[in-house]
Amino acid sequence: MRAFYRTALLVVAASGLTACFNKKEPNYQYFPNMYEAVPYETYSEVSAFPNGKEGQYPAQGSIPRGFTPYEYPNTNEGYEMAKANLKSPLDSASVDLPQGEQLYTIYCAICHGDKGDGKGTLVKREKFLGVPNYKDRQITEGSVFHVITYGLNSMGSHANQLSQEERWQVTSYVLKLRSEL
Amino acid sequence: MKKVGNHTSISRIIMFCLAFSLSFSLSVFAQDAAPADAAAAPADAAGADAGAGDPAKGKELFNTLCAACHKLDAKATGPALRNVAEKHDREWLYSWIKNSSAMIKAGDPVAVKLFNENNQAVMTPFPQLSNQDIDNILAYTSQPAEVPTIAPTTGGSPVAADNGINNVLILGALVLVLVVLIVMLALVNKTLKRVAAANGIEVEKPESSVSLWQAYAKNQFLVLVTAILLLLSASYFLYGYLMQIGVDQGYEPIQPIHFSHKIHAGDNGIDCKYCHSSARVSKHSGIPSLNVCMNCHKNIAEFQGDKDSTYVEYSKEFYTAEIQKLYDAVGWDKSTQTYTGKQKPVKWVRIHNLPDFVYFNHAQHVSVAGVECQTCHGPVETFEIMKQHSSLTMGWCINCHRETDVKIEGNAYYEKIHDELAKKYGVTKLTAANMGGTECGKCHY
Repeated sequence: MRAFYRTALLVVAASGLTACFNKKEPNYQYFPNMYEAVPYETYSEVSAFPNGKEGQYPAQGSIPRGFTPYEYPNTNEGYEMAKANLKSPLDSASVDLPQGEQLYTIYCAICHGDKGDGKGTLVKREKFLGVPNYKDRQITEGSVFHVITYGLNSMGSHANQLSQEERWQVTSYVLKLRSEL
Repeated sequence: MKKVGNHTSISRIIMFCLAFSLSFSLSVFAQDAAPADAAAAPADAAGADAGAGDPAKGKELFNTLCAACHKLDAKATGPALRNVAEKHDREWLYSWIKNSSAMIKAGDPVAVKLFNENNQAVMTPFPQLSNQDIDNILAYTSQPAEVPTIAPTTGGSPVAADNGINNVLILGALVLVLVVLIVMLALVNKTLKRVAAANGIEVEKPESSVSLWQAYAKNQFLVLVTAILLLLSASYFLYGYLMQIGVDQGYEPIQPIHFSHKIHAGDNGIDCKYCHSSARVSKHSGIPSLNVCMNCHKNIAEFQGDKDSTYVEYSKEFYTAEIQKLYDAVGWDKSTQTYTGKQKPVKWVRIHNLPDFVYFNHAQHVSVAGVECQTCHGPVETFEIMKQHSSLTMGWCINCHRETDVKIEGNAYYEKIHDELAKKYGVTKLTAANMGGTECGKCHY
């Protein structure tokens, strides 16, 4: 009978040990105060702000270094104005087509296609329909930049993924693709 | 000591194969059924619609020109277009499609009302379309809605469920058989003893094992060897246990929204950096804010599945419900296609988390070194549920720094330094370690 108790004890101990291995939970830490940051971590929850989030909007009216305020509003009129008047600040020396191509491949080609013909992977797989061929649309560098910044109809804004300068690089690459179609 | 799930369970593989083959056979039937539907539909449309257009041609035109803003059965940027031909006069539709803004400017009351109902979004004019083209499109929009039975993915989930039940049933049956066997053995034993007792035969009692124990305890050499073996194995397991403390390899938490990297990055081939855009330019790879999700999901409100993929683990309804969770969080009303302004933050669970005493910079690795995301994060494009692929220990970092050659071609600015370093170490290919990638202060400060 004692042998039975001993086996039972072993089984309980073994299952107790293995039960700790749960991949849904993070592991133990040795000296956690060396692991956990004292300052607020990115995206963390903090009690210091009213909405409880570490990520806060910049103070109203502040602009980042190197930022050019964009004057055209996100309306139909703003679109027409940008199409007619807005010109790229990049001169021929600062246009970096390889960079433009790289960024275009990441952010645009998934719908607009590698050649700008409106046949990206998502269109071919019928997830996203009606993406136009650049050739079929009257676009200028101003309108391309405006649409990347604000989005148009089903296309969303890409301003938080691409900086202003990067958007101009993509714009020049888009116009290059359009001229080749 | 790694906490990794049992991915190569044989029963799971067999079940998966079964489910795969079954769903494949279902999709074959679906392929057969689809043309029949398509053939029946034009007849219906021709009967219902006097304008007589070719719905097949219309579908093509619709998908290339209209589908950016219109869906057949749901409001998108523009209104739903099923049976739009019955709502408006044919001539009115011709002029609206060719140039809607001119009609709005001219003050056509119906046109102005429509414009205001749809958030004043301007419809692209299509002067290139002939009346016949428009008839074709209208014929397509007048087709009756298909009853959604042809999707192969819907076949996937019930099959999987059946398999799950079968699995449990088989296991239960096995356990039952085992129990029956044990009971039978006990009964046989009992009967034999009774027979023996009736015949007056005395059953020999098994020799007590205590004597063996005593013999063992007396043999000091054996005791010593066993003790050493026990100590060695104990220290082996203790070492293994201690070394995995603080290592979260295989950590796979449940996220508030079930996001499948397999569907997004794998099947649809969206670049990692589309969503994790700050990996290019900053220390953090960035958890995409919900507006990035909405770049596509404004348009994709339900999960459709694919002919070439099998989604056996989760149903179509499950995925669609997860998209709805996104809409709730970002405050998007899909019936009116507007933001309500009622947002609630999604509390994603962080998986990859280096200790605070280590500095790691994504931009340095992704943009400067050109390391693929998969080198550290594993084949994420195959993960249905995101998990930590690598151990993220210091040994793991240092190993990669020692083995990875630095791309020194076409980098004129550092050419002299690269040459000097190569001469100093007597190598032709510089590794990250040669350039100081193993110095303590590079990562710990």
